[in-house]
Amino acid sequence: MLELNPTSIAFFIFSVLSIGGALGVVFSRNLIHGALFLIVSLFGGAGLFVILAAPFLAAVQVLVYIGAIAILVIFAVMLTRSMTNIREIFNRQWWIGAIASVALLVVLVVGVILPTWGPGGTNSDIVLSETTASLQDLGVALVSGNQFVLPFEVASLLLTAAMVGAIVIARDNESY
Amino acid sequence: MENTCDNIISTLAPCLTQLGWNQGLAEFISTLLGVLLVAIFPLVLVILLIWVERKVAARVQDRIGPNRVGPFGLLQNVADAVKLIIKEDITPAGADRLIYNLAPIIAMLSVVLIWAVVPFTPYNIGADLDIGVLYFVGISSIGTLAIMMAGWSSNNKYALLGAFRVVAQLVSYEVPMVLSLLVPVMLAGTMSMQELSFAQLGMWFIVVTPVSAFIFYVSNLAETGRAPFDLIEAESELVAGYNIEYSGMKFGLFMANEFMHAFTANLLFAVLFLGAWAGPGATAIPFLGFVYLMIKTSIVYVPSLILRATVPRVRIDQMMAFNWKFLVPLAIINVIVMAFAIMLVKTLGLAPAPELASDFLANLPQTAVYILANLIVVAAAGAMIRGSVRRDRLALAAARTQPDSEPEALPAPVAQHS
Repeated sequence: MLELNPTSIAFFIFSVLSIGGALGVVFSRNLIHGALFLIVSLFGGAGLFVILAAPFLAAVQVLVYIGAIAILVIFAVMLTRSMTNIREIFNRQWWIGAIASVALLVVLVVGVILPTWGPGGTNSDIVLSETTASLQDLGVALVSGNQFVLPFEVASLLLTAAMVGAIVIARDNESY
Repeated sequence: MENTCDNIISTLAPCLTQLGWNQGLAEFISTLLGVLLVAIFPLVLVILLIWVERKVAARVQDRIGPNRVGPFGLLQNVADAVKLIIKEDITPAGADRLIYNLAPIIAMLSVVLIWAVVPFTPYNIGADLDIGVLYFVGISSIGTLAIMMAGWSSNNKYALLGAFRVVAQLVSYEVPMVLSLLVPVMLAGTMSMQELSFAQLGMWFIVVTPVSAFIFYVSNLAETGRAPFDLIEAESELVAGYNIEYSGMKFGLFMANEFMHAFTANLLFAVLFLGAWAGPGATAIPFLGFVYLMIKTSIVYVPSLILRATVPRVRIDQMMAFNWKFLVPLAIINVIVMAFAIMLVKTLGLAPAPELASDFLANLPQTAVYILANLIVVAAAGAMIRGSVRRDRLALAAARTQPDSEPEALPAPVAQHS
């Protein structure tokens, strides 16, 4: 079952990065350290994408999540007061977070266990996904009329609206 | 992997297997050597680059530059490196030790990793990724993170101010850079660096899409923090900015990283717009391709050094306005117009037949269309500049007729010209 080849070693390394980084985010008493742990975790995720032969997603993960969102998070953290030595680990919404994460964990575990160890074992007919698309297929799928052009456009409209909203909020009313 | 032993450089693993080595070991050794070569070459090159940069800056300022250590002062930077290594390594008391020590390494990584996707010859490339261009953009965005870490962990307000400027500048100029990279990718129909250089065999992309080349060059100047965009480490304002607390070789790493980044950016310009290794005899003798690539890089690198030594620094509001009000709209217009031109070429059948793709004359008709499209973009850019100048002039005139609101309304340099 468990073979020790370069891919599985890389998988273990990236899994440790991913999970360890996530634990670091939760337990770190220093907000900046938490943000940096988040980057470690995201990097582990990018590595897992590479192992899954999805280099495009890996590059986008690094570019968007590490290069833009994590930097923004750090930027926001630096502008807050008392970013080191956080005393309270829990806030009032802890039970919502607990329910959401446990539910997600259950869904993922069921989704992984059923096809592999369920009826029929590894030879069962349930496959998680048959998509082994190349970069070209992804590009075509995003703009082709009978595939995902509508969700794609809706998402871009949403982002544009968010950007316009951010500019309106940030703009000084006096100057115009 | 091919199993014939043609020459020792391109096919080391099969050659070693022929000599009786274990195949797995031979492949491991050849990959390891390749990685070491690609990683160490820029690190050694940077010693020479600093010498070139100091010489050029000295000539511009009517000085001689380093001329004491070694012939023409060539060994000056070796001496500097030795000095930096044996200097005491100080970590400030209030610093965040781990992040402080990690930052220079990550900064260095963010540049060295880019060399993995540079096609040196038609056959030699570190890793011919499907997503080469995107990989470059992703890796260089990590450099921002390194500078942010350095600025924050130093526990120094000047360092933090420098880091804030870095985020403002690098994240902003990433937008026009990515948009300008879209055009070569659309033209070649691929993001792989090697295929991009093969696509330029017939006609270099700087001829086909000069506007993208211009945007890429300018935003690269800003991304590498070179004058006139060197607000990141404005020596006279921020006492060197994010790296103020660093000393010894950690400071040296940041400096070397900056020089290497500037060269790497120009190297990518040569790959993406000047046809990479393309040149007479490059496919027959791969080493010639490498020489051509270095010559092309120098042709764009040296002007950027002269530019650095001559132009003054822009103000931060000018830098932001230039990016968001000029470069980004221009890049968007450029992408739209070029996409239209590419479809036009396809429908009119002007593109050369696949077997003629590397023929210069067969590429002329489509190049003509693309240049016309570029002229439209340039006209749009001219209209944008004229509009902004007129708006400034009207604002000035309005301010002059209402003298009570004038003094605070204008930044000092603008007011001087009125």
